[in-house]
Parts: sequence; C-alpha cells; structure tokens
Amino acid sequence: MGENSNSVLVIGGGIAGIQASLDLAERGIKVELVEKKPCIGGRMAQLDKTFPTNDCSICILAPKLAECYRHPNITLHTLAEVKEITGKAGNFKAKLLQHARYIKAEECINCGICIEKCPMRVDDEFDVFLRKRRAIYIYFLQGVPSIMAIDPEKCLYLTKDACRICEKVCEREAIDFEQKDSEVNLNVKSIIVATGYEPFDPSPLVNLGYKHLPNVVTGLEFERMICASGPLKGHLIRSSDRKEPKKLAFINCVGSRDMKYNPYCSSVCCMYTTKEAMIAYEHDNSIQSFIFYIDLRAGGKGFREYIERGQKEYGIKYIKGKVAKIIEDDDKNPIIIYEDMNTSKMKKFPVDLVILATSMIPNKDTPELANILGIDLDKNNFFLSNAYLPLDSSKKGIYICGCCRGPMDIPNSVIDASGAAAKAAENAIREG
Amino acid sequence: MEDIKMGVFICHCGTNIGGFLDVPSLVEYAKTLPNVTFATDNLYSCSEVGLSLIKEKIEEHDLNRVIVASCTPRTHEPLFRSICQEAGLNPYLFEMVNIRDQCSWVHMKETEAATEKAKILIEMGVAKALLLQPLEKFQIDINPTALIIGGGIAGMTAALNLANQEFKVILIEKEPELGGLLRYLYKLYPTHDDASKVLEVRNLVENHQKIKVITSTEPVKIEGFIGNYKVSVKRRDGIYDIDTGIIIVATGAQVLKPEGLFGYNGSTIITQLELEQLLKENKINVKNIVMIQCVGARNEERRYCSNICCMTALKNAMLIKELKPDANISIIFRDIQTQGTTYEEYYRKAREKGITFIRYIPEKVPIVKESNIEVYNDYLNQDISIPYDMIVLSTPLIANPDSEDLAKMLKVPLEENHFFLEAHVKLRPVDFATDGIYVCGSAHWPADIPEAISQAYAAASRASTIISKDVLEVEGAIAEVDEDLCVGCGICIKICPYNAISMDDNGIAHVTEASCKGCGLCGATCPEKAITNHHFTTKQILAQILASGGK
Ligand SMILES: Cc1cc2nc3c(=O)[nH]c(=O)nc-3n(C[C@H](O)[C@H](O)[C@H](O)COP(=O)(O)OP(=O)(O)OC[C@H]3O[C@@H](n4cnc5c(N)ncnc54)[C@H](O)[C@@H]3O)c2cc1C
Ligand SMILES: Cc1cc2nc3c(=O)[nH]c(=O)nc-3n(C[C@H](O)[C@H](O)[C@H](O)COP(=O)(O)OP(=O)(O)OC[C@H]3O[C@@H](n4cnc5c(N)ncnc54)[C@H](O)[C@@H]3O)c2cc1C
Ligand code: SF4
Ligand code: SF4
Ligand code: SF4
Ligand code: SF4
Ligand code: SF4
Repeated sequence: MGENSNSVLVIGGGIAGIQASLDLAERGIKVELVEKKPCIGGRMAQLDKTFPTNDCSICILAPKLAECYRHPNITLHTLAEVKEITGKAGNFKAKLLQHARYIKAEECINCGICIEKCPMRVDDEFDVFLRKRRAIYIYFLQGVPSIMAIDPEKCLYLTKDACRICEKVCEREAIDFEQKDSEVNLNVKSIIVATGYEPFDPSPLVNLGYKHLPNVVTGLEFERMICASGPLKGHLIRSSDRKEPKKLAFINCVGSRDMKYNPYCSSVCCMYTTKEAMIAYEHDNSIQSFIFYIDLRAGGKGFREYIERGQKEYGIKYIKGKVAKIIEDDDKNPIIIYEDMNTSKMKKFPVDLVILATSMIPNKDTPELANILGIDLDKNNFFLSNAYLPLDSSKKGIYICGCCRGPMDIPNSVIDASGAAAKAAENAIREG
Repeated sequence: MEDIKMGVFICHCGTNIGGFLDVPSLVEYAKTLPNVTFATDNLYSCSEVGLSLIKEKIEEHDLNRVIVASCTPRTHEPLFRSICQEAGLNPYLFEMVNIRDQCSWVHMKETEAATEKAKILIEMGVAKALLLQPLEKFQIDINPTALIIGGGIAGMTAALNLANQEFKVILIEKEPELGGLLRYLYKLYPTHDDASKVLEVRNLVENHQKIKVITSTEPVKIEGFIGNYKVSVKRRDGIYDIDTGIIIVATGAQVLKPEGLFGYNGSTIITQLELEQLLKENKINVKNIVMIQCVGARNEERRYCSNICCMTALKNAMLIKELKPDANISIIFRDIQTQGTTYEEYYRKAREKGITFIRYIPEKVPIVKESNIEVYNDYLNQDISIPYDMIVLSTPLIANPDSEDLAKMLKVPLEENHFFLEAHVKLRPVDFATDGIYVCGSAHWPADIPEAISQAYAAASRASTIISKDVLEVEGAIAEVDEDLCVGCGICIKICPYNAISMDDNGIAHVTEASCKGCGLCGATCPEKAITNHHFTTKQILAQILASGGK
C-alpha cells in the first residue's frame, strides 16, 4: 500500500462502522474496516425488530452486510484489532493484529458439516448465552463473511492437542490449523472509530435479583428470546417452568441515571421496552405488559406517537414508579415491590416475567483503544466529543461515531456514521 | 425463440417464511412450472452464502431467468439484481416474488392455505419472468455542484464540509443574513458558550472560495433530476436559475407562538425565545419565575415532543440563577427530556442549583391566576400554588408554514406534523426517496445544535457520494412513448408525479429517462395506450393475472 493511498481506517463493524464505510466507498475512497468479532454486524444483528417502525432488524441489516463485503473499495479485516497507531492526520500508520481464523476463507462454503461434528460445546455470546454453539462456528447465521471460525480458547485441538474432527469431515479441506496470528500494516489518511457499546450487567443490583431469580432477564436477552431465529425460535417461554408468560413487567433505567453505576441516561431503553412489549403482544394477544419508568424519554421523530400507540393499540400500561426490589413466590413468579409515585406508597405487583432495561456502557477495552489512538475519554469512558464538533475526537484526523461516543439509537448512529465519513473525507482531501 | 431456462430460489428467511410455509413443497411445485430448469430453497437468500448459491447456480445451469421468492423488492431487489449481473445475466431478467410480507407474515395462523397462496404467487412470478426482456440502464452526467437551501447552522455546516471537499457550493437563504434561529439565542446549552461565538462560522462560510452565499433569496421552482437539477430562485430584483447536481434542504423550523395559552401576553407571560432576548439585553429583574413545559406540544393537536424545549428551559433557568442567585425558579413539566450522557448530567446540575421541578399530568394542567399558578402535584397528590412575577412558556418547534410549498417543488413528502419525511427512518435518515435530495437540521425534526451539525455532515456525506462521480447509472425500467400512437393529449404530463414527461415540438409526449421512476401511472392513464412501462408491460401483467386464476 503506497504512501499516498487515499484510504480511511474504520474501527468497528456495527451499523455505524458499516454505514461510514459504505459512504466513503461510494465516495471513491478506499476503506479498511476492522472488526474484532468473526463477522460484522454489531449489536443491531442481535435485535429482533427495531423501533420506531418495528421492521425486522436483520432483514434491513443483511443487505448492508453483503454490500460491505462486495464493495470493491472496502477491505474487511475481521477477527482483527488495532494495536498501534503512529503518524498524524493525513498520514497515519496502523498496525493490526490479525487473529488466526484457522479456516481458509476461499474454501469454506458454510455447509455447516463441521459444526454438526464438533464435540466441543461453548456458551454462545451472540445469543447472550441462551444457547450453546460449537468450538467451530459462524458468529451468526447471516454473518459476513459467511465462513466458519475456530475458537482457539475452546477448540480441543488448539487447547489439548486432541480431536481434529472438523478437519476430517470438511470435504473442502477448509480447516487450516497452521494459520498463525499475523500483523497487518496500513497507511491511512483518516480514522473513524465506531466501536459501539456493551450492555451493562445488572448482577451488582442484587435487589433486582438478576441471575438469582430465573424469571428476571435483560432487554437484550429478551430480544433474542422473541426473535424467530433466536434460541427459542421466537416462542416466548420462561426458563423456570417453560410456560408462556402472560404478564410482563419492564423496568426502565436499570443501572442508568444511577449515581452508583451509570449516572447518565441510556437514551434508547424507554423506546425499546415499548417495542419489546409491542412485539410480545404481537406474538400473543393475551400478553399484558407493564412498564415501570421515571421519565419517558421519546424526543425522536414519531417516538411520542409510538408510545401512544403502545398504550392504545397494544394495551401497554406505563407505571411511574421506582422499583425497590424484586422477590419471587413459590412458583417462581417475580413480585415487584415499588414506590408508587402517585401515592408515595410501597406496592406489590406480581408478574410472570421481568425484563430489565439495562444501561448501555462503553466497551471494556475502550480505555486501551483510547490510549492506542491517543484520544480522550469523557468521564463515563465514552470517547469524548464536543458539542459543536460532535464527530471530532480530541485528535485531528480521528473521528468518532455511534454508541462509542454515547448511547444513541440506530437512526442517530447512522447519521453520525455518514457525518464522520464526511469529516474523514474532508480530512483526507485537505491533508492529502 | 429464446430458450428460457428459469431458476427459482425459495427463501426460508430463517423462520420468517420457513416457520409458516412448507418451503420444500414450494420447491417441488416450482419444479413443475414451465421452463423452470432448476429450483431450490435457501435459508437466507440475502446472506453471503445465499447469494453465492444463486450466482453459482446461474453459472452451473446456464440460467437466463431468475426468481427469488422471499421478502420485499423494496429492500432486496437491488441486491439480487446485482448478483444476477455479477453472474453475467441482465439484471432485468430477475423477478422477485414476495412470499413473506404478503404471505407468511399475514397468514401466520393458516399455514396450509398460505402455502397454497405462495404457490400461486410463484406461478405468477414465473408467468411474468417468461416475458421479461433485458433492459439497459441509462448513464447521466453529474454536475458536481451542491445547492443548499437554508443558511442556519445546519446549512452552513453542510456547505463548509462540501466546500472543503472541493465541491462548488451555492447556499441560499431567504433572510438578509445567515444564521437562522441562532441569531436570536443568548447562550447555548450544554456549554453556555455565547450563541454569537458559534455563529462566527458565518465568516468562514462567507469567505470560502468555493461557497457562493445568496441571501434574501428563496426557491420558486425546481426541475430536473439527480445530477442535473435546475432551481429557479426569487430575489428582490427578479428570478434566476441555478444549475446543481444535488439539493440539501436545511430550512429549519419555527417556534410556536402560544396565542391563547396560559395567558400568554408577551410581557409577563412569554416564550423561551422571548426570554432569550431579555437575557441578551440583561433585562431580567423579577424574582419569582415559573416555566411551563410542553405548551402546545404533546396534546391532541400536536402529539409530538419537540425534543429541545426541556433542555432550553433548564439552560435558561440556570442562566437566570447565575445572574440572580436569589431568584425562585420552578419548572412545571411532564417528562424531562434529557437523553444521553451530557444532558442527564445537565438536569442533575439544575436540581443541585436549587431549581424546583414539579410534575403535572395532562388531565390536570396548571391554571394561571393573577399572581400565582395552581398546579396539581401528583407526587404530593394535592394542588399547590406557586407565586410568579414572570411565566415562561416552553413551546415546541413547528414546521415552517411554507414547508408544504417547498415539498411540492421538490416532490418529496412531509410527515403528519409537516416536517420533511426521509426515505427510511432508520437506514436512510437524511436521504429522500427522490435521488439527489437530502435533509438536515430542524427541517427534518426539532434538533438542537449538536444534532443539526451531525445531520448536516451526514447530508454532506450522502451528497458527496453522488457529486464525486462523473456519471451515474439510473434505472432502466422506465416508460416509453410510442410516437405513432401518441395523440398529444398531455394527460400523462399532468399525471406524472416526477415531472418526467414533456411535449416535444411535434406535439408528441417524451419521457426524460433520468427523471422517470417507472411508477407506471402514465401507462395506466394514457387513453391511447401509447405508453409502455418497461418491466411492467401490459402483456407481462396480464400473464400474471391469468396465472393467478383470473380471466
Ligand atoms: C436491548 C436493546 C434494544 C435496542 N433496540 C433498538 C431499536 O429497536 N431501535 C434502535 O434504533 N436502536 C436500538 N438499540 C440501540 C442499538 O443497538 C444501537 O443504536 C446500535 O447498535 C449502535 O451501533 P454501533 O455501530 O454504534 O455499535 P455496535 O452495534 O455496538 O457495533 C460496534 C462494533 O464494533 C466492534 N468493536 C468493538 N470494539 C472493537 C475494537 N476494539 N476493535 C474492532 N472492533 C471493535 C464490535 O464487535 C461491534 O461489531 C437497542 C439496544 C439495546 C441494548
Ligand atoms: C428558545 C430556543 C432556545 C434554544 N437553545 C438552544 C441551545 O441552547 N442549544 C442548542 O443546541 N440548541 C438550541 N436551540 C435549538 C437551535 O435553535 C436549533 O438547533 C438550530 O437553530 C437548528 O438549526 P437549523 O439550521 O436546522 O435551522 P434554523 O436555525 O431554523 O435555520 C434555518 C434557516 O433556513 C432559512 N430558510 C427557511 N426556509 C427557507 C427557504 N424556503 N429558502 C431559503 N431559506 C430558508 C431560515 O431563514 C433560516 O435561516 C434553541 C431553540 C430555541 C427555539
Ligand atoms: S469449514 Fe468445511 S465443513 Fe465447515 S462449513 Fe466450511 S466448508 Fe463446511
Ligand atoms: S478440532 Fe476443535 S473445532 Fe475441530 S471439531 Fe475438534 S474441537 Fe471442534
Ligand atoms: S432512555 Fe429511558 S429507560 Fe433508558 S436510561 Fe433514559 S430514561 Fe431510563
Ligand atoms: S422537550 Fe420537554 S417541553 Fe418540549 S415537548 Fe418534549 S417533553 Fe415537552
Ligand atoms: S412511469 Fe411514472 S415516473 Fe415514469 S413517466 Fe410515467 S408517470 Fe412519470
């Protein structure tokens, strides 16, 4: 790759990184897209449907994944991480660590025979641990690139020098245990960071009983539970007795707006609890949902109307109340104990299933990446942005977009991403 | 006669289709249809694997017609067409059958009948595909110029970015000066910088070599198509034409004047915007101030939340408190709209600064009396009375009164509150369905400055994907007039929503290829049947009707 190649490095292949890459590629600028997971797609791939239009998340995402894969101006580096950045705007040098996939990309046709035969069962991170995958796997069904990867920490051969069954059954000889981690060096003019977020683990809030009470789940788990291609095939049942829950309680602001955990508002949970309640109702009209909230935040286009629809057409009840505790009865039905804001009295409210709308928090490795890039973090560990230059990082030539600079929904992540592409293009041209 | 070899790919869409329809039986059925030489199912046709399979089978079986029975052409047809093209097939020899949105999803409870319906839909697709003709796309030249309508913060930001990318930019503003609403603001949340400081960007815009700013000017007529728009603008001294490749709409919004609400009088009972002016002039000399939120918003008439007025109230409350620490300020609100990291912190700061927050419910709105406000406090479950010297009403941003005219000129839609409506709420938030036109800032939806700026950059990016190209390929499935049959009645000209038809010198209708969207209206309307809508010809549609069992 020549000194003066007009290219941009995009870190993170969620919807933000994907949109930024596609805009730049269409603009005629070469893109190096780095994703640490085996496939691009990010969190949006895990969602069932998306507010405010309730269209199927993967259905509208999949064409973008394919476009990214096929675009001649985009080079995908999956299972890769940025290890070092030197230089300055207009002339950055990036060192990537390319993890071995142990698969020959040109040979694997995603036939899945190896998966069937692989004896090693592993918790599936994509399905938020609600089902098992194998040590050889595809990150998710529609994932791109649509080839296998071998999990080096779980594979029997790579950990214990045993097995190699996949190698025997693969007719295309696509398994390659000789692959080693390698280094990739790139020269780019601008950098876009789009590393997204993680969901907050609510276990420290012991009063809410997550992980102790079987019928208390998180919002992201619920997305997978109701998703037709998820672990329950979209048939909503609760784990304690495999019964269909009829009465659902959603609890907003779990871990958010809470000085002990995340002082900020996570921006999307008021909307997605409404969405999840709507989808539950669409699956089964006898389901009744209750949403416990402090303020209902719905400032986006059509959002207020969406919540009104939730009330009128889906019978969702919104309860302004602070949840103090969740306990359970003998049948493991959760009981919510909350302070009714209208009467300031403590009340009990039994339901079948509780969904916690947990915060969106920065990825654990954000500080490390900030260090590598030499850019600042805000006090919550999101990448720091400025009100009047919202897409600029603290360093010239490096731009930030999507949830890595603060919680936001998909429309705003897409806006951010296109915006960051414009900034990166401007920088590439001016510093060229 | 051409030897037609058709391939049919039936998609499970995971369980979206496969969970309700008997896909294997559809495959078997497809194999019995005329000229179908290959049929198979596909777990996700649009996934990389699914696409590769289609490509491989086209090559392996030498297919010259391809059908995918799956979801909707609205989102997926371009992708499947491009796969056909990659496999060496003319993309218009592809036909899509929707067995999801129009079948499995709507008949989830009657799977057998739904499978039968899917068979008919596939048969109809086959009947049409037999008659498909290869079509060529058209190439059009692109004028690498951007026209931006509206010189508020959004329009100026987009202009600067595009100009810095070395495109020629023309920025038109109907007022005598740039700046938009920002000109009337005092200090800005969340940083409390002076609005005038942020407005210094005006100098950069006005002095940029690549930007031509034209003030006191607004569009009156817009013609043309992506890459080649002609915009007539009205200035004091007449009408001028501007040629441009793309258009960005950044016309902002207006503040609702709350005539007749809560005793609004413009002196002791004012709007936030009027308060900004008092702050600018340092004219606050009252002690008891009450702000009421959602005035004229979130009600029957205007159901939406205007997104910016809660932050504006917090800002002005804190600014007054800084100027007059002994002031008593209460904010009567419904929900405090402070999403995200910075804004929630800002809300916390306002509470720490001693501003009082009282929630009201829409069933019991506050009542403004001579010198006090009565409001039912749902937390205390009783009416309380707050004395005031000044009431500030937080009113929403509303769409410009001329947005409808502008939308008509641009041939783009508005949503129910008359803000501009984008092509796809999630994935194309700043694009219009009409190619080459984009939207940003409060013209799209009440936005604050950080949002308006991000959107402006986004619109600039989308625009640059077009004007960075010399030529662009456009749709080949368009209308064509048979000159021998056309009698020049002109009905098609009136009916075409894209202004794609004009009358030539001989009184014969003529279709401008680049403007035509192939919507079919003209063909259906022409009394002489002189118009062919390629890819949806009368013959093709009749064949489908017959295949569906029609007569
Ligand atoms: C339960 C739930 C429901 C939601 N529902 C909706 C909804 O209905 N509608 C809506 O609009 N929004 C919804 N959201 C929000 C939505 O998920 C986000 O807006 C969106 O996913 C943000 O996209 P992103 O690209 O910024 O981040 P992500 O989707 O997090 O993508 C970031 C990508 O970067 C990769 N990455 C991270 N670190 C690195 C690194 N160091 N190097 C390389 N790659 C890295 C990650 O693997 C990932 O692929 C929901 C969120 C939750 C939690
Ligand atoms: C009281 C109040 C206080 C606020 N305080 C803050 C704050 O503290 N912080 C913050 O971030 N935001 C604040 N805002 C929001 C801020 O004003 C908007 O974010 C910003 O003005 C949006 O910019 P814009 O460019 O989209 O629209 P506008 O500022 O409305 O600009 C639109 C421009 O387009 C022009 N125009 C309209 N129609 C046409 C036409 N047909 N032809 C040509 N030109 C046309 C207009 O004349 C105008 O110049 C406040 C808003 C209000 C009402
Ligand atoms: S590795 Fe081999 S067996 Fe496994 S999916 Fe790929 S081609 Fe099939
Ligand atoms: S070698 Fe590893 S990946 Fe292959 S089958 Fe055995 S455990 Fe699975
Ligand atoms: S979006 Fe709603 S649920 Fe989420 S943190 Fe903010 S106020 Fe709480
Ligand atoms: S921003 Fe606040 S004041 Fe404005 S409409 Fe929304 S809730 Fe009401
Ligand atoms: S097909 Fe539609 S867009 Fe094309 S000329 Fe006819 S009416 Fe106009």
